[in-house]
Amino acid sequence: MLTVNLQNELPIPLAVQFSCQPGQLLALVGPSGAGKTSVLRAIAGLLKTQSGHIKCHENLWLDSQQGIDLTPQQRRVGMVFQDYALFPHLSVADNLRLALPEAQKNNHARIDDLLQQVNLHGLASRYPGQLSGGQQQRVALARALARDPQVLLLDEPFSAVDKVTRRKLYLELHSLRRQLAMPIVLVTHDLDEAAMLADEMCVIHQGNSLQQGPVNDVLHRPASVAVARQVDVRNLFAGSLQSSDGKLYLNWHDQRLAVTTTGAFQASDAVHWTLSPSKVLLHQRRRPSQGQQENPLNGIIHDMITLRGITTVLMTIPAADNALLQMDVPEHVVSRNGLQNGEQIGVSLLADAIHLMPHHQQAER
Amino acid sequence: MDWQALQVSLLLAALTSAILLPLGLLLARGLAHRQFTGKYLIEALIILPLVLPPTVLGYFLLTAMDQNALMGQWFYQLTGSQLAFSFNGLLLASLIYSLPFAVQPMLRALEQIPYGLREAAWCSGLSRWQTFLKIELPLAWPGIVTGLVLSFCHTLGEFGVVLMIGGNIAGETRTLSIAIYDSVLAFDQQAAQQMSIVLLVIALVTVTLVYRFNRRVIQI
Repeated sequence: MLTVNLQNELPIPLAVQFSCQPGQLLALVGPSGAGKTSVLRAIAGLLKTQSGHIKCHENLWLDSQQGIDLTPQQRRVGMVFQDYALFPHLSVADNLRLALPEAQKNNHARIDDLLQQVNLHGLASRYPGQLSGGQQQRVALARALARDPQVLLLDEPFSAVDKVTRRKLYLELHSLRRQLAMPIVLVTHDLDEAAMLADEMCVIHQGNSLQQGPVNDVLHRPASVAVARQVDVRNLFAGSLQSSDGKLYLNWHDQRLAVTTTGAFQASDAVHWTLSPSKVLLHQRRRPSQGQQENPLNGIIHDMITLRGITTVLMTIPAADNALLQMDVPEHVVSRNGLQNGEQIGVSLLADAIHLMPHHQQAER
Repeated sequence: MDWQALQVSLLLAALTSAILLPLGLLLARGLAHRQFTGKYLIEALIILPLVLPPTVLGYFLLTAMDQNALMGQWFYQLTGSQLAFSFNGLLLASLIYSLPFAVQPMLRALEQIPYGLREAAWCSGLSRWQTFLKIELPLAWPGIVTGLVLSFCHTLGEFGVVLMIGGNIAGETRTLSIAIYDSVLAFDQQAAQQMSIVLLVIALVTVTLVYRFNRRVIQI
């Protein structure tokens, strides 16, 4: 278990707190310049912070109160740098050998094992300059693992390779991590990458950790509007709560929407709310169904964009001051229903999926 | 042909470059990738012998080596011999005079190594000393060899400083370049020509070898 708690003011402001279980992959996400890489460097001992506490498997790596601050050499981290930082004058095997513990320096079988683990067998005698970007990334990963690290740190490891290679490396990392028992921390600005690879996600913005939790929770149930912005929720609106027959309803302009989870919110609270575009249901014209009773709305199709078989339908809701609502439907649904720009359609907002957040000034987009 | 002068020149150049190798590396390592107050002053002091007229440098060194001056006095008490007009004095002057030729290429080579490589080495468990030996030294090797050879050649050809503080004592401070000057003054064209060719060949061969060596290293 890795627990991290860091505070820093200048030159890089940080107020970060998170933890990562053994065998778990935690993604630190946030925009460029949010301080993600600095956090990783602080865990590795490469960046000094004004105060903090880092503990890894009962080993205290940093405790500013007790004056404990281990060097990178003492911390036993495996780090994959953004540009891989392979030693250009050493062969692949020697790059790995350098990171092996003293007792294993001449253990050729161990080097072969490591190369096998990252699908690089047969390239031991090559030099980094003779490798492709994807191969270099694999060598960097193998070198990070060579030290038998207590925690694996990955700093944007996929940013320097082309898209095709990236997909391949995603799959490789996904299967490799099943063999790894240490906590893994991945820094990325790519939400899709985080969603694909990580178990948990921690959103970092302007040096602050805003929310940590399972990937789907953070993506679909952000704790605040700030997190919602960072995870790029597409439907974000303001509203207020109203009590009726002992139940809470969400007032959205002139619409009264049923919600199932209201948490600690109370009647007359101002809120922001979000709904995943995949939880907006299209009313099929030929086959009306029971689901149409749930938060029905009429919208006018404004635009449609299709990507990899999923069509995002942008519609304006006249009854809600022409607010722009997004809905994701499979491409074939669009063609089967003959949807056209400017047409009126009926949709349902699934009450289960409506997520409420505290109201935030100037949050409307 | 003054074989004794050649011997003095070669010995002086060899000792100077041999001492400047660790000294230059130490200075270059201390300056590379670092920012501290006074760094510019140190860099300026290192480069100063390059821009100062040799006679000016020689004059100040000669004054400092005087037995009544602090450095000369100290050296006399330590060894019982004087610095001015001696081989030791010449060696000291050569170290200062050739310092920029050793430090600059080494510093440039060390600064060209991405900082991330050092951090990667630390994260791989290598101590700072091991990082220097196994990562920085091999990568900066061409620059180090260049510094070594340049300081050797530069010392071999130095004239002004030697004349100012070494004088012209055969077997002690008369270097080949002084001997060439002497021969010309004595209208001994043949000796001057022979010795000039010797210096020319040495310089050409060493510099060519350095280029050849560096090309091969970079190709890896």
